[in-house]
Amino acid sequence: MATFRNLTALFRYRGLIQTLVVRDLKARYRGSVLGFFWSFFNPLLLLLIYSFVFTQVLVGAHDPNMEPYALFMFCGILPWTWFSSSVLESSNTLIAGGNLIKKVLFPAEVLPIVTVLANMVHFFLGLPVLIGFLIYYQRPVDPLELLWFPVIVLVQLIFTIGLALFLSALTVHFRDLKDLLGNVVQLWFFATPIIYPMLQAPANMRRWLNLNPMTHIMISYQEVLFFPGPHGHWKWLAALGAFSVVVFLAGYFVFDRLRDSFAEEV
Amino acid sequence: MTPAIDVINVSKVYRKYARKRQFATLKSAILDGSLLGDLNPDETFQALKGVSFSVPKGCTYGVIGRNGSGKSTLLKCVAGITRPTQGEVRVDGRISALIELGAGFHPEISGRENIFINGIMLGLTKKDIQRRFDEIVEFAEMQDFIDAPVKTYSSGMYMRLGFAVAVHVDPEVLLVDEVLAVGDQGFTHKCLDKFAEFRRRNKSILLVTHSLDLVEKFCDIAHWLDHGVTKGEGDPKRVVAAYVIDVEDTEENELAKAEATRVAAAAKEVSEARETEITEPSVSSVSGEAASVSSEPSGPKDGFKSDEGRWGTREIEITNVTISGPDREAGHVFQSGDSIQVRMDVSSKEKITDFVFGLGLFNADNVCVYGTNTNLEEFQPTEIDGNGVVTFTVDKLDLVEGTYRLDLAAHKADGYPYDYHRLLYTFRVKSRIRDVGIYRPDHRWSFDGSIKFERS
Repeated sequence: MATFRNLTALFRYRGLIQTLVVRDLKARYRGSVLGFFWSFFNPLLLLLIYSFVFTQVLVGAHDPNMEPYALFMFCGILPWTWFSSSVLESSNTLIAGGNLIKKVLFPAEVLPIVTVLANMVHFFLGLPVLIGFLIYYQRPVDPLELLWFPVIVLVQLIFTIGLALFLSALTVHFRDLKDLLGNVVQLWFFATPIIYPMLQAPANMRRWLNLNPMTHIMISYQEVLFFPGPHGHWKWLAALGAFSVVVFLAGYFVFDRLRDSFAEEV
Repeated sequence: MTPAIDVINVSKVYRKYARKRQFATLKSAILDGSLLGDLNPDETFQALKGVSFSVPKGCTYGVIGRNGSGKSTLLKCVAGITRPTQGEVRVDGRISALIELGAGFHPEISGRENIFINGIMLGLTKKDIQRRFDEIVEFAEMQDFIDAPVKTYSSGMYMRLGFAVAVHVDPEVLLVDEVLAVGDQGFTHKCLDKFAEFRRRNKSILLVTHSLDLVEKFCDIAHWLDHGVTKGEGDPKRVVAAYVIDVEDTEENELAKAEATRVAAAAKEVSEARETEITEPSVSSVSGEAASVSSEPSGPKDGFKSDEGRWGTREIEITNVTISGPDREAGHVFQSGDSIQVRMDVSSKEKITDFVFGLGLFNADNVCVYGTNTNLEEFQPTEIDGNGVVTFTVDKLDLVEGTYRLDLAAHKADGYPYDYHRLLYTFRVKSRIRDVGIYRPDHRWSFDGSIKFERS
């Protein structure tokens, strides 16, 4: 199958992908004064806003057992930023890289993948801040449970790449998708238990929240990093892992089908 | 031996962005239900129609053709950037495409880093690039700026660097799309030397260009595309000659069409309206108003319209004008050095004794190249009554290449216009020699002593 052959070729591009991720990061920080600080500035700012809202304005809106609430939110906001910037940026990545697609023989799928990976590096660069919070609040993390962390990252990575491939290919044909996505991502943020715990969601809503893949990724992060006790969500995570692979393959399939049109439509 | 490039019956259909498809949105696609719909034939444009050829290894293959003939599409199909709608392209070995130079450069990072990234994009490994790095930089003449961000480069530097990386990829097949205009003469020579080196090493080059000289000098085989169809293939000299003749024919048709429109438009104009504007005899007065080629009148000093047009009382009328070449057939494109004839059919309604026939020749800058009339050359008019023919013959049209326009007139010795045709007739002069100026005097070169030339 041609799609499958292309998929294996993806592996050969790892050198190219790596170089482009590095280029992306370098280029982004080259022109800015604050440099790598930007990696965690955005999630930090989001955190600041929500902390203010939940601890100063809506006092008592959350369970007292959920202290420190800022830490709880940060466990979700940090990976969410990775996800949302990846989705938003990847929708534009083929159009922005139009020169490459039109003028050079270039494997287009590399572009959305690079976008997701570059944002993953930002996510990793924000982790020290999270560790700082953990130390500040003196929250011990079970090292055994921490082994789940790379698994969650991997599931999120596969899911995000699948989505990014799908969206980037579709945006070439439907330019308005880019504008639509901004709103969808915002809605998605509130439809995911990030600034509120799953348990606090109304029971009849929980069924719907469970349909949201990002719910389980976020809960997994929270279980590992915030909630004491064993990681009880792994069954969901395993199911989501399988689902992510399906999303990835579907995304890749759509991308591969539309590939030939890119050079003409970009 | 398998050929380096094999193009088998390739057709390419593009979608034409007519009306509604231009701003395709998800919303409109869902509303129209056209998300997966097929294209109507009127929304497509066929850029290539069943083109076949093969390029043997070590061959330099030139593709020529007018704008829009499908050359670049063909190159993109060979490069694998777009897939042909029908047919097949087989390429043996690594391709490097010089379609747009430096297409992958990122403006914010340095030339050094961009060389690496570009090289990897073109299929090299880091080690390969390391090894060739100095050579690339030297070739691009960029030693002093290699660590500056690419956004600070001039466009020439940008292209040179792109070219240097692309040719150092060491491809088996090099695709070149009209990119030799990068940089000064020295750099162009370096590029040509690089191509020659490719040939020596039995690599193949597919060259798309408008430079016919380059094709004649450089290519082993030429391929002429016209509207997506092969018009000729083979010996470059022969193909180029056929192409040039075809271009001349087209120009000829276009000029004839434009002239017919102009003459018809001028004939409609009411001649009396112009009468008062004429104050001077024709030829001496037209010495060079800087009129634009288009129709905007440019404010002449003495009320004289330097614009194209026709006026006069038509007491003597110029009924028909033909310009003909050595074959005595009417035409609009001539070779420099040909003999040409301008023939005016004139007629008068009654017997007239005061008349002058004049002619003015202008180049594209509206400079009067030559002007004369029968009065200046001391022909004493006796009479005209009825029809007649005036023929103006130039035995050797020694003009440089360009487009020329003619004024023709019949008037009284004092300038009173009978029929004045201002810049209505156009012809083009072609020359194999790219000399410049207005006039080409009959000349020859001779050399003595130790000076030796070889005529190409």
